Amino acid sequence: MLSRSIPAEAPRTGALRRFINEYGHEILVALAIAVLLIGVGLYNPRFISSRNLTSIFSGNAYIAIAAIGMTMVIVIREIDLSVGALIGVLATISGTIAVSGAPVWFAWVVPILCGMAINAITGVLVAYARIPSIVVTLGMMAVLQGALITATGGTWISNLPADFLLAKMTFAGLPMPLVWAIVLTILAGLWMRLTRFGRSLYLIGGNAEAARAVGITVPRRIVAVFMIHGAFAGLATLMFATQLQVIQSTTPPNLELIVITAAVIGGVSILGGTGTVFGSSLAAVLFATIGSALIFVNVSAYWLRACIGALILLTVMADMVRRRRAMKGH
Amino acid sequence: MTHPILSVRDISKSFGPIRALKTATFDLFPGEVHALMGENGAGKSTLVKILAGLHAPSGGHILVAGTETTLPSPRAASKAGIAVVHQELLLFNELTVAENVFSGHNPMRGGIVDWSAMRSRARELLADLDCHDLDVDRKVGSLSVAMRQRVEIARALNHDARVLILDEPTAALGERDAERLLDIVLKLRARGVGIIYVSHRMNEIFRIADRMTVLRDGTFVGTRPAAETTEGELIGMMVGRAVDQIFPKVDVPIGPPVLEVEGLTSGPLVKNATFTLRKGEILGIAGLVGSGRTELALTLFGITPAQSGTIRLNGKPLRVNSPRAARDAGFAYVPEDRGHQGLVRPMTIRENISMAVLDRISPMGFISRTREAALARKGFDLLGVRAANVEQQVGQLSGGNQQKVVIAKWLETNPSVLILDEPTRGIDVGAKAEIHRLICELAGRGLAILMISSELPEVLAMSDRVMVIADGRISATFDCVGATPEAVGRAMTSRREATC
Repeated sequence: MLSRSIPAEAPRTGALRRFINEYGHEILVALAIAVLLIGVGLYNPRFISSRNLTSIFSGNAYIAIAAIGMTMVIVIREIDLSVGALIGVLATISGTIAVSGAPVWFAWVVPILCGMAINAITGVLVAYARIPSIVVTLGMMAVLQGALITATGGTWISNLPADFLLAKMTFAGLPMPLVWAIVLTILAGLWMRLTRFGRSLYLIGGNAEAARAVGITVPRRIVAVFMIHGAFAGLATLMFATQLQVIQSTTPPNLELIVITAAVIGGVSILGGTGTVFGSSLAAVLFATIGSALIFVNVSAYWLRACIGALILLTVMADMVRRRRAMKGH
Repeated sequence: MTHPILSVRDISKSFGPIRALKTATFDLFPGEVHALMGENGAGKSTLVKILAGLHAPSGGHILVAGTETTLPSPRAASKAGIAVVHQELLLFNELTVAENVFSGHNPMRGGIVDWSAMRSRARELLADLDCHDLDVDRKVGSLSVAMRQRVEIARALNHDARVLILDEPTAALGERDAERLLDIVLKLRARGVGIIYVSHRMNEIFRIADRMTVLRDGTFVGTRPAAETTEGELIGMMVGRAVDQIFPKVDVPIGPPVLEVEGLTSGPLVKNATFTLRKGEILGIAGLVGSGRTELALTLFGITPAQSGTIRLNGKPLRVNSPRAARDAGFAYVPEDRGHQGLVRPMTIRENISMAVLDRISPMGFISRTREAALARKGFDLLGVRAANVEQQVGQLSGGNQQKVVIAKWLETNPSVLILDEPTRGIDVGAKAEIHRLICELAGRGLAILMISSELPEVLAMSDRVMVIADGRISATFDCVGATPEAVGRAMTSRREATC
């Protein structure tokens, strides 16, 4: 279903065809969204009312933003299981600053910097202590969760100042989270595609030894990617924590898995080296669409996770098939 | 005379269009050490894999003790009494010696593993191999290579092997361990085991082999009794062709020294290397697997930085402590294993060719698409890569074309020294000649080239000088006139003479 079309013999030429070759997966995810919107919209027209759509997309924008950083991490063939816990910690840091009377911009900037700092530790452990990222971030997840519950004692932060609630603001009539998700996706996507740094991430993910042999300083890049990922976790926190009047001392369960899933369904190969943030953001939109569609067709929302799980298996299987085909291409 | 324990009749094997083995035929008698000889790619490993049950032959017959047998799986081979000790030992590092000796066939009593029987039987088998000192409860991962090899042999004997195949068993061993291994082989021969012994080391072969069979380019060349064959004759059978005709070596004027290496030392396999490489010169490096040839390249290129010694490039002393420093200084390294250190398979030819020079074509950090496309196109055309266009994934190319992409990548860096490690490994004959022509062209343009190869004919025909490495040291250097296969071959295996 969601396989990236790979030319069996000579690649097709022409701008459109090349675009299809390169972004086949992203196009498929977009088509899946379109099919859902039209199908469920025909069943229940309220589903595609602009009000419903902006609200579901806006509510899930923070997942797309977090998935941008996760995409970079997975492209270099690493993984981060701690991002959910990190977002929880950053939300509490942000809220605490906001209710302390400090300037509101301070409450917005500090979580981004903290995200970078915490992930710098993760990055150093992965790049220089050579501990597999799955282990480092599993440990980090426990540390962050433990610290959060200890520091807050489980209490919620309320009485947030109104000018702190970024997610409730609008820009040109659109909710702020939606605007940010779109802008950040485009900027990050272009940056990954057009810059030397972005290219080096794909080279590292495709073959780290070969990247090192041509002079790319792989460990430094790993730390940088984890820090950038931390910054996006901070940005995601801003969109997540400012949605409501309160900040809970817990995060949505399995948030890290949802973020990883967005990247994978968006076409980021779990084996590293391929995938774009356009895909991961589209996948976040797809989740939101499925979740809302289930409600509109009167299916229990509990099916959402099953649907997403099935999508993961399909995507990964398609990825394996594609790789195997590409390998025996000659 | 006794009957052969194993007969191979007209065995052939094709991988797609490539014929790796054509009509291999020989007999192995009980109590015989039969050496299987040939250059890399001659078809020895293919034959060994067929006998191990790993590959199905495309044609021919295998007779074990006179009865026709098929070997569809390693288990079937083991049932037929054929045991193979592969070059890469296949042991379970986390299990004990005893468990490894019995892997898959543990003695049982009442439904559970009979540990005491297992341990005493393992001890017996190892004692047979003169390993009284080995604790059967130790984890295999903590043992030396030599000890692990003995565990593997014990495992083979545990299955009552009548045929034991040893694939380059001494390649990774030190001198004393190699001696002990030869003693074990002779002991097994005395017990009536038929032994197929694959090795490149002439002195070993002549010490222990009764007969030798030579393969060349997948074809059976002949079987000779060891006592009636000289080393020269054997090498002649292995090389077999007028090598200078298939390697288009063009002599180019040789300029001043480019690379001067003095006393370079790194780890156990690069010891006090001193040599000079000149502009336009091709310096061939010959040596056995594990002799330290690749390690020398890795040290020069900064992947495993030197512990001591000096490297001077164009007269300037250098500190090469990372591949990046090596690249910036003017070194280029085409690695032994393209897939491992050379190519990024999921990416396009363009992205692979440009990867070493992204700094140069990225003003303000943004890759210039036009400059990237132009240089990719240039490398693509210069090397004659056969593909639809530069947007094709390199994973889809043939070995020869992949190698061209790796070379194109490095030429973009305008290197002054090009290190080629096994430049034609795994490449078919036609593409080989192309790569050889290209190497000569590059030398003609003034590159100083260091070419490592385990194919002796390649080294001899392509090089202006040949440097031989044995046991981490430069054991001999020949100019192209003095470098005969016999002399180079002797220097490759010379460490025993050198150390005694």
